[in-house]
Amino acid sequence: MATRPQIFRPGTNTLARVSIFVGALIVVEILLILIVFFRSNYWRQVHIAIDQPVNFSHQIHAGVVGMDCRYCHASVAQSSFATIPPTETCVTCHTQVKQNSPLVQPIWESLETGKPIEWVKVHDLPGFVYFNHSIHVNKGFGCTECHGRVNEMPVVWQEQALFMGWCLNCHRNPEKYIRPVEEVYNMEWVRPPNQIALGQKLVQEYNIDVNRLSNCYICHR
Amino acid sequence: MTMQSPEERVDLSEIRTRLAGATGQQYWRSLAEVAETREFQEFLHREFPGGAAEWDHSFSRRTFLKVMGASLALAGLTACRYQPVERIAPYVNAPEQIVPGLPLFYTSVATSRGYAQGVLVESHTGRPTFISGNPEHPASLGAADIFTQAEILTMYDPERSRQVLNNGDKSTWDAFVAAIAPHLAELRRAQGAGLHILTQTVTSPTLASQFRALQSAYPQVQWHQYEPVGYDNVRAGSQLAFGEYVDTLYHFDQAQVILALDSDFLFALPGSVRYARDFSNRRRVRRDKLESNRLYVVESTPTITGAIADHRQPLRASEIERLTRVVAQRLGVTGVNNAELPAGIPAEWLEALVEDLQQHRGTSVVIAGHNQPPVVHALVHAINQQLDNVGTTLSYIDPVEVNPGNQLESLRALTTAMQAGQVSMLVMFGGNPVYDAPVDLDFANALARVGTSVHLSLFVDETSARSTWHIPAAHFLEAWGDARAFDGTASVIQPLIEPLYGGKSAHELVATLMGQVDVNGYDIVRNFWRSRGLGGRDFDTFWHTALSKGVIEGTAAPPKQVTLQATEFPDTVAAIPADELEILFQPDPSIWDGRFANNGWLQELPKPLTKLTWDNAALIGVATAERLRLRNGDVVELRTQGRTLRVPVWIAPGHVDEAVTVYLGYGRERAGTVGTGQGVNAYRLRTSDSLWIASGQLRRTASRYELVSTQDHSSMEGREIVVSGTLAQFRSNPEHPPFFHGEHEYRSLYPDYPYDGPRSWGMVIDLSTCIGCNACVIACQAENNIPVVGKGQVANGREMHWLRIDRYYSGELDNPRVYFQPMACVHCEKAPCETVCPVAATVHDDEGINNMVYNRCVGTRYCSNNCPYKVRRFNFLQYADLDTETLKLQRNPNVTVRNRGVMEKCTYCIQRISAARIKGEQANQPVLKDGDVVTACQAACPTQGITFGNLNYPDSEVNRLKAEPLNYGVLEELNTRPRTTYLARVRNPNPAIEPDMPAGEHHGTETSPHSVIEPEMPADGHHGTE
Repeated sequence: MATRPQIFRPGTNTLARVSIFVGALIVVEILLILIVFFRSNYWRQVHIAIDQPVNFSHQIHAGVVGMDCRYCHASVAQSSFATIPPTETCVTCHTQVKQNSPLVQPIWESLETGKPIEWVKVHDLPGFVYFNHSIHVNKGFGCTECHGRVNEMPVVWQEQALFMGWCLNCHRNPEKYIRPVEEVYNMEWVRPPNQIALGQKLVQEYNIDVNRLSNCYICHR
Repeated sequence: MTMQSPEERVDLSEIRTRLAGATGQQYWRSLAEVAETREFQEFLHREFPGGAAEWDHSFSRRTFLKVMGASLALAGLTACRYQPVERIAPYVNAPEQIVPGLPLFYTSVATSRGYAQGVLVESHTGRPTFISGNPEHPASLGAADIFTQAEILTMYDPERSRQVLNNGDKSTWDAFVAAIAPHLAELRRAQGAGLHILTQTVTSPTLASQFRALQSAYPQVQWHQYEPVGYDNVRAGSQLAFGEYVDTLYHFDQAQVILALDSDFLFALPGSVRYARDFSNRRRVRRDKLESNRLYVVESTPTITGAIADHRQPLRASEIERLTRVVAQRLGVTGVNNAELPAGIPAEWLEALVEDLQQHRGTSVVIAGHNQPPVVHALVHAINQQLDNVGTTLSYIDPVEVNPGNQLESLRALTTAMQAGQVSMLVMFGGNPVYDAPVDLDFANALARVGTSVHLSLFVDETSARSTWHIPAAHFLEAWGDARAFDGTASVIQPLIEPLYGGKSAHELVATLMGQVDVNGYDIVRNFWRSRGLGGRDFDTFWHTALSKGVIEGTAAPPKQVTLQATEFPDTVAAIPADELEILFQPDPSIWDGRFANNGWLQELPKPLTKLTWDNAALIGVATAERLRLRNGDVVELRTQGRTLRVPVWIAPGHVDEAVTVYLGYGRERAGTVGTGQGVNAYRLRTSDSLWIASGQLRRTASRYELVSTQDHSSMEGREIVVSGTLAQFRSNPEHPPFFHGEHEYRSLYPDYPYDGPRSWGMVIDLSTCIGCNACVIACQAENNIPVVGKGQVANGREMHWLRIDRYYSGELDNPRVYFQPMACVHCEKAPCETVCPVAATVHDDEGINNMVYNRCVGTRYCSNNCPYKVRRFNFLQYADLDTETLKLQRNPNVTVRNRGVMEKCTYCIQRISAARIKGEQANQPVLKDGDVVTACQAACPTQGITFGNLNYPDSEVNRLKAEPLNYGVLEELNTRPRTTYLARVRNPNPAIEPDMPAGEHHGTETSPHSVIEPEMPADGHHGTE
């Protein structure tokens, strides 16, 4: 009796079983990779220097020269928006300093043409998040907590990935991060060893109502 | 789909039987509700009727490819970053005062209808975004009407004219100036003969002085004025009574008894916003203020003034003259012919009215509407004199208008001259006479005989299209100017933005006519006021004070002494023939005379009583509908003086019988994509001899037209949600008013939250003062970036208004009582919506606000299914316009623009709360007080009927009101604990007309809000048919 030739060898069964598992694994892996990728610093552009139309260095201005943040970001304590300085703010110093440097050239151009310098937004929150600078700096929350050591950045980059969970770390436990208001603009501030004790004291002193800080409408509306 | 199916025939006589047989007070919204039609049931049981969730706009292949192409291109551009690159453009030289992120407020006045209405305009880094009333301005006192508020959208309207047009071809301003120069030189030689000016009502002192200067340059220039909804009759009435033109100022805050004769004084007058405030000040009934004024209204078309009245009688407009005569005679006015009481008015009703007026000498006022003939106004003047009301409840002033006169005759003189070819140049400042002039004057044809016509206008409208030159006009937010308010107070119009589309102001155009080139509006207005030499004061100080206050102090007109000269009051109105109906023309409650036709907010605004949107209709009374066997949407043909108009009918309970009202303003041919082709043009029937009241025939046709009304949308299962009673009942037991039935027992399975922080929000709405004017609805729309969805979407119940005004009827069909109830999210402490959201997109916060988090919402719509108040709105489609650049400028930057698939609802203006909270916490004053947060609806309300505030601030007004015995929560029996509560409507009927009934007889007990609903109650309440 002639046997029909088999198309599949016996080992094929094993292969089929294994490939089901491998297939499922691959799907899971791809999902994981995607999740990791989209939450990665690379995708969120953390620590990636952003090219700006002017080669402006915070390292020189805030670090070497030691200018206060508020000299340029003038409305940080009054408004939601910290203000990108108008061209005339740059001009006040640069008529005296480095007038002829080619790096300063875009300022003169902007002043002459009346066209603003179009800076690229580095910290770009989604449209449904209403972050307010003034309430943070007036309640003892330092610039460096979000922006990092800007005084050491020749070109500004994003220091944090700005996930909502990260915001909530502080909105739930402000005592871990709060500092005296006088130190808000201090780039060199380091948390003291008794941060929690100090923090709890400051939270009370500044009337920070921790329960409310995690309400949705605090940031979203 | 439901709405396309022909409307079921509603058996009106059966409805009468049902209402008559009802035990207790029944509140109903529409005839369909009482008749329990299938369509109504559909709206009742499913908030969005069948098919509402479907995408019913077929997406053509071409559009699909276009959209997909755009998305792909975008995807390519943005691939390198998780978000598109955004740029920040700072100022080069930062203007003083502007702090990015903080709004600035400027005073100005809106002049949409000629008279000044004080406004405060919110500006975000140079772009105006929101118009609210100016508390310092006498015509506003902080409130604003719908037209004023919606002007912000008109200013940003992308369809506003952007181009000078010469016979329809693109041209430039310079070309225009060059082209008319030889004409002007010729006219100057001819002493100005042949030069005619046409304006609308002018109250601007600067423009007046410019016109005087124009007159000295061209001595024979003719100035004509025409306003389609004008006050000719009122003016002629004062002429008849006093021998001179005077304006009447009413002081409703002094008036205890008011009689309005076809006068919609809460809506249709230049001072209506102020009048509404004064009127409501005497109407707020509280535990310690057990009194209220009393309003009698006799009217033909149902209006909001009639709706708030304590006694309302429908009467044909042509019979009001007779009634006025009878009233005058009974009060002892001399020189009145014998008149018999019109049939519609019961003798004892009149008796009671006359007695009430007589008992309130000096504290009563009688007012007649602008559609009534001059003799009625003269009679009313005589009555007011007779009642010693002059000087207390009303006063007379010199006319506020620059050039008072008979505008109709003025326009007639113009068209006659035009027809005769005597007009070589006609300059029209605004207005749209081709569309809105009386049809027998045939303005369009006359215009063709004019040598050179110039039309300054915001839009390229019907008149622009037929003019030699069209000049784009600057909006009042874009150009300097001035205007006077109803009481004479002058204000400077302060622009907030450079003309978006290069428009010119009237001042600049007049200057050009006088050959002054390169003058700007700012100098013209400033120089005018400088030339007035204001008392040796430093002019700059004067100017800055005028701008910062928004009024020029001391300019209100002083009261004027006048003596009654009329000795006889001849009959004027011809009786309507027996076989004809009375045809009434009235300005539309949403788009007025048609000038707001391209404003989407106003078009979509449900009209106060009919709740119709996007259309006008022929309004008829119930009995007339019964007699002619007409139902809503049947197209009829109106015929008067050989002219016909086909218009769909709408049955308006309370409309006088044997009469039909058509609203003006619709049927525009060139309004823009929003306004063109909506509704029918009633001006085609309106002739110069019957501007307001005509007579004619009504003939049924076989066709039907789909009218869209929101009156059955969001109905709350037929439960009684309006509570009302009479002042006498309230007085009988102020602590426990008899129209409330027992206390509701609160039960909940959930633990209570203490809400013990510094802030906890609540709102109280006083139904006694809500006049249903819709100002709050437009304020909410402007503040919260609420999109317009269009007629087709409204038909599906998809309108997006966060705040709606529910209108309820009770009582007899032909003259029902009307109740308004503003309804938005009531922020239940135990919110049914929150427990069903699968993604926690709607949750409660510590301040008692029901948060709606757009970025979490996945669009299941479970929340709106579970909301007993039906106040949640869903973005079924991409309603927000994300493409039009100018509309982006209008939006409130502090409110998210919602996309398709997201639920939304009232937030208690959370952006305003946030701003105040941040300010308060920075100042270490976390407990916010009254006035720290004012919601948009609250600020706009002319009667201050809405109170919002911090419940955790013991001295807040909202706390006081919540402790009032009239306070109740809608559907409290569901244990939702609403944060927005209402004060029951208290009417003040004359006991001689409406004898006091014991509360038990008057009001039903079975479904009162304060009684506990038994658990076995069927879901569809007492209207159940199954």
